Amino acid sequence: MERDAAQAALDINPELVTSILDRFISTELYRAGFRRAVVGVSGGIDSSVVATLAARALGPDNVLAVTMPYKTSSEATRRDAQTVIEHLGVRSLDVPITESVDAYFRRFPDASRLRLANKCARERMTVLYDQSAAFEGLVLGTSNKSELLLGYGTQYGDLASAVNPVGDLYKTQIYRLAEYLGVPEPILKKPPTGDLWVGQTDEGELGFTYAEVDRLLVLMVDCRWRRAELVEFGFDPQFVDHVAELIRRNHYKRRMPVIAKLSSRTMDCDFRYARDWGT
Amino acid sequence: MKATSTDAGLANGAASEPRGSGVLRVAMAQVAPRLADRQRNLAMHLGQIEAARQQQADLVIFPELSLTGYFVRDMVPEVALPRESAEIARLVEAAGTLALVVGFVEESPQHRFYNAALFAEQGKIVHVHRKVYLPTYGLFDEQRYFAAGERIEAFDSPRFGRVGLLICEDFWHLSAAAIMQAEEVDLLICVANSPVRGITDQGIRSAETYRLMASTFAQLLGATVIVVNRVGFEDGLCFWGGSRIVGPDGSVVAEAPMLDESLTLGIIDLAELRRQRMITPLGRDERLLLTIEELQRIKRRRYGG
Repeated sequence: MERDAAQAALDINPELVTSILDRFISTELYRAGFRRAVVGVSGGIDSSVVATLAARALGPDNVLAVTMPYKTSSEATRRDAQTVIEHLGVRSLDVPITESVDAYFRRFPDASRLRLANKCARERMTVLYDQSAAFEGLVLGTSNKSELLLGYGTQYGDLASAVNPVGDLYKTQIYRLAEYLGVPEPILKKPPTGDLWVGQTDEGELGFTYAEVDRLLVLMVDCRWRRAELVEFGFDPQFVDHVAELIRRNHYKRRMPVIAKLSSRTMDCDFRYARDWGT
Repeated sequence: MKATSTDAGLANGAASEPRGSGVLRVAMAQVAPRLADRQRNLAMHLGQIEAARQQQADLVIFPELSLTGYFVRDMVPEVALPRESAEIARLVEAAGTLALVVGFVEESPQHRFYNAALFAEQGKIVHVHRKVYLPTYGLFDEQRYFAAGERIEAFDSPRFGRVGLLICEDFWHLSAAAIMQAEEVDLLICVANSPVRGITDQGIRSAETYRLMASTFAQLLGATVIVVNRVGFEDGLCFWGGSRIVGPDGSVVAEAPMLDESLTLGIIDLAELRRQRMITPLGRDERLLLTIEELQRIKRRRYGG
């Protein structure tokens, strides 16, 4: 079958990507003075891939996989997380977040499902950052490019990390990489879910599949096709506009907080140094 | 028509000694400099120079901005050096009889900052090239920090013949290669800080372009082409390495690994230059005056006058 432009642009060489990301993880950690990493492992594809990359780059003993189930987390999810941990032989820690999250919401019993989901994501972030100090390892991010562009993540929650090896890979590319890395079958096969509430799936919530949206995103963002070209290629104009708006509306999540500029040199504006400055 | 006159004899360059047999040993120092840490990078250079000497190299080549790293940004004025600085002198002296190419930020007497590379031989700086084409698009932001070089010119070396030195983006401009062809270079060196910016099912896009350019330019110029790229990461950017020496027939003489640091030695057979120029004498047939006249006509059309 001949590849179309979208498929061609999404195709990666997983072996090459792995060799780059192996080196990326160890280099970024070592230059910051660390040899270990902490990963929140959910049983999903993204965190499984990140944990696998970390285990390869640093050795399984230097990786702490933290599972942080909430009371609504499904049995299947917990089992999948356990499968990955055992498969990789990394260190692990189970820190359920039900008690702390529920203690907070007892004061706000009418809180929406979204507030609960965001609170869970941020609770997990604080656990990871605390374990980061205890384990002396940096927190690895698991947000992929599809989620980052669509804003499908919680700011200062699952979007927070020290180093993110998979942020420039679309979800469909993550699957390709996962296959290459030998991520266990059940994780490769199940529909993506944030496990935010019972029966939740990403694609059900977003209203489109990653396979569809990644084809659009890669042509729109990476190949810089214009709207008319995308429509001519076969994308529904409403879908194109909706996705373009999601990208715009969620841009704040991808940036540092905006600072009112007053002085002659201002952070993130004209005070420009690389993060890796001096290392 | 003036342009029909032969170009022979016009550029009877200083390097008119016929060079024939023998070999030159070139060490490609594919390193990962520490960002904006000149002292540490200086020590790293001294170590690599010593290692190259132990390999009996005639020339050691470091990548673009090897003394400073790439994303120097607001540190540019702080890591900049005049070419007469003690640190540069120390490197040139340490190299001694070993010829040397080093990348650095040059501060001019007018306090302009250039992305520069120097060629030193026998304890002297023979040539400094200031990067002409400063990429300022996509992930690149060089015009914000650097002044652009004003010249693309070759120089003569007793051992290496007529040599051209370009820096990264310069190599992507056909005009730079054409000037080097007109300069009749025997050796074209490109020092680079080329990052991954696009991965396909095959490999790294920019690496593939460099591979093609090195091979194509070598054949079209009838010259040895050496590309030395760095490795390592800066702010997520991955420099892919893959430094190489390509002979005048376009074939790879030596190749450094992708992604990892290495000091890779390549041996250039000087007789190859003569053979290739006999087989495919493109340089001999090149019509420099015609090119100049055409460029002047184009200049009038595009800029008037």
